[in-house]
Amino acid sequence: MGLAGGMTEESPEIDAPKTDVPETPGGPAPAADAADDVPLLRIEGVSRTFGNFRAVDRLSLDVRAGEFFALLGPSGCGKTTLLRMLAGFETPDEGRILLGGRDIAPVLPHERPVNMMFQNYALFPHLNVRDNIAFGLKRASLARAAIDTRVAEMVALVKLEGMEKRKPDQLSGGQRQRVALARSLARRPKILLLDEPLAALDKKLRESTQLELMELQRRLGMTFIIVTHDQEEAMTMANRIGVMDAGRLEQVASPRDLYEAPQSRWVAEFVGDVNLFDGEVASREHNRLTVSTRDGGTLAVAEPRNAITSTAVSVAIRPEKVKLSRRGPVPDAVNSQAINRLEGVVTDVSYLGGLTVYKVKLDSGAVVRASIANTARLDRDTYSAGQRVVAWFTPDDCVVLDR
Amino acid sequence: MSARRIFAQPARYAAIAPYLWMVLFFLLPFGFVLKISLSQTAIAQPPYVPLFDLTEGWEAIRVAFAQLSLDNFGLLVSDNLYISSYLRSLFVAVTSTLILLLIGYPIAYGMARLPQRWQPIAMMLVIVPFWTSFLIRIYAWINILQHDGLLNKILLALHLVSTPVVWLSTDSAMYIGIVYSYLPFMILPLYATLARMDASLLEAASDLGASPWRAFWLVTFPLSLPGVGAGALLCFIPIVGEFVIPDLLAGSGSMMIGQTLWLEFFTNKDWPVASAAAVALLLLLVPPLLLYDRLQRRTLGEAG
Repeated sequence: MGLAGGMTEESPEIDAPKTDVPETPGGPAPAADAADDVPLLRIEGVSRTFGNFRAVDRLSLDVRAGEFFALLGPSGCGKTTLLRMLAGFETPDEGRILLGGRDIAPVLPHERPVNMMFQNYALFPHLNVRDNIAFGLKRASLARAAIDTRVAEMVALVKLEGMEKRKPDQLSGGQRQRVALARSLARRPKILLLDEPLAALDKKLRESTQLELMELQRRLGMTFIIVTHDQEEAMTMANRIGVMDAGRLEQVASPRDLYEAPQSRWVAEFVGDVNLFDGEVASREHNRLTVSTRDGGTLAVAEPRNAITSTAVSVAIRPEKVKLSRRGPVPDAVNSQAINRLEGVVTDVSYLGGLTVYKVKLDSGAVVRASIANTARLDRDTYSAGQRVVAWFTPDDCVVLDR
Repeated sequence: MSARRIFAQPARYAAIAPYLWMVLFFLLPFGFVLKISLSQTAIAQPPYVPLFDLTEGWEAIRVAFAQLSLDNFGLLVSDNLYISSYLRSLFVAVTSTLILLLIGYPIAYGMARLPQRWQPIAMMLVIVPFWTSFLIRIYAWINILQHDGLLNKILLALHLVSTPVVWLSTDSAMYIGIVYSYLPFMILPLYATLARMDASLLEAASDLGASPWRAFWLVTFPLSLPGVGAGALLCFIPIVGEFVIPDLLAGSGSMMIGQTLWLEFFTNKDWPVASAAAVALLLLLVPPLLLYDRLQRRTLGEAG
């Protein structure tokens, strides 16, 4: 068993937020208030079943005030159902949802202090931009002058000045998205729920909008919960990400931890690209594990942070952690026995601009993917198909996961 | 390109079809009616003069043209009978349309809210009465509404009345008949608009603090107005010219324009006046049609 499929365009984009957002892996989100013990939102063992299908399965989660939290998962994993339960459009079959310590089960959707931005925007087609944004404010029975001020504020916030009189069908997709955002922000909700807010935008617009959303969230100090199936989007924007599968949270972690320290094989495969070697733990000595794998021989890996429960494990290595060389690396005095070396032949070279992805067919028959950053314009040190190479990586670059 | 050329010619001919239909089956007959409305009655076959005879040459046609006059239209505005039947027709049509809206809207709304798999069945139930002849259904109503009919039996059995109520030959009976007959025409366009409506709009309204009742008035109702307009006109226009239902169910006290027309045409054998009344009826119906067309255009323009 060589490598698991997944996204192919991972490395440079994923690295970006790491330098942007200061964070302590696994620690609290930057804006979280240490003095405040009650999380803004607490989800306790919530389930929702449709017929025989369990969309959300005894899920628990805390979200702190000021966080930008992403629910990431494949379609049908229950993330949208969870969001709709927060908005009040679905009722949990079991469990509790606490907002500021108060159970919101009996609170009707139109009385909840949360607002939602819909995937299709759900703008009222018969109302112009101004009236769409003012809709929620009028329901809050604000004074006319206050409504006008707030609408003007929102219009400026999403840069739609001069468009107030337009109807939704006279706007571009990006402008509609902004109206939807302004409308959901206008009531200053305790939590803003965003259901795939950027899915309908093209790639360039999506990227710039991601940055704007982050900037907006930071400026307003509001709590955002975003649902997305796009891991890049989640990693770019969120402080913390909850990865969902089959109605359960597989892992809740910072983008960096999710990528560098996935807790399960499923997460490792879903977030980014990964090479996986199945094997058995052979020995264990001073925080080193030796795993004998079927396809990669004996691999030395660092002892994982959370103890593994069985001897049947998978060793995961991200493609950018795999180095290639013509000969084996110069043995380090201490680690000479520990450096993992896999010999094979380059079968495929994909030049992607910022990086090049090599597929190396090992002598065992398995394929290892290595992505190497193109740091020099005139790089002499490239490999071509058919060339014999050594793929190597250090024990610390591996993650051991229960199989 | 060649594929386009293959399709271009037949497509162009097909585009003519509706116009051809309009000319053959509307404009041409209307031309006859218009001409008769400008003629005079005569005891002859056909019962009016002048007749255009193309075989007698240009001069004869010119003379015939000179004989045409607007006298019949003058009669229409001077005689109370016509004015009152027009007014009654309009009044009955407006009242019936309002009743139809009040009954049809909740039904259409309920249908649109049904689970997806029940909706076609509900639609069938609305359409099923059409499988029986219209006339038979009206006669059935006569049966139900008569002195010892089903309605009176039920009312007596429930002790709601102590003596049978006179239903037949009253306006109530006529309204029952009209509302019953036209209800599908009101329900179907309303249902089409309501079923098409994006459910997330109501969720958005609710999310933004609107109670279900407010959400209905602020979102559902305004967005269903094209359906309301279509249903109202689909009912209003034929009701104005309705003949059978008032003739069979209403009393003989006052007549709708359709009845007056029938009387002029068949009993009085005054084709020119009947034609003039028909032309006037059409002119009466043009403003609401134009209004509908404008509304339709506006909603279409917004959608595009």
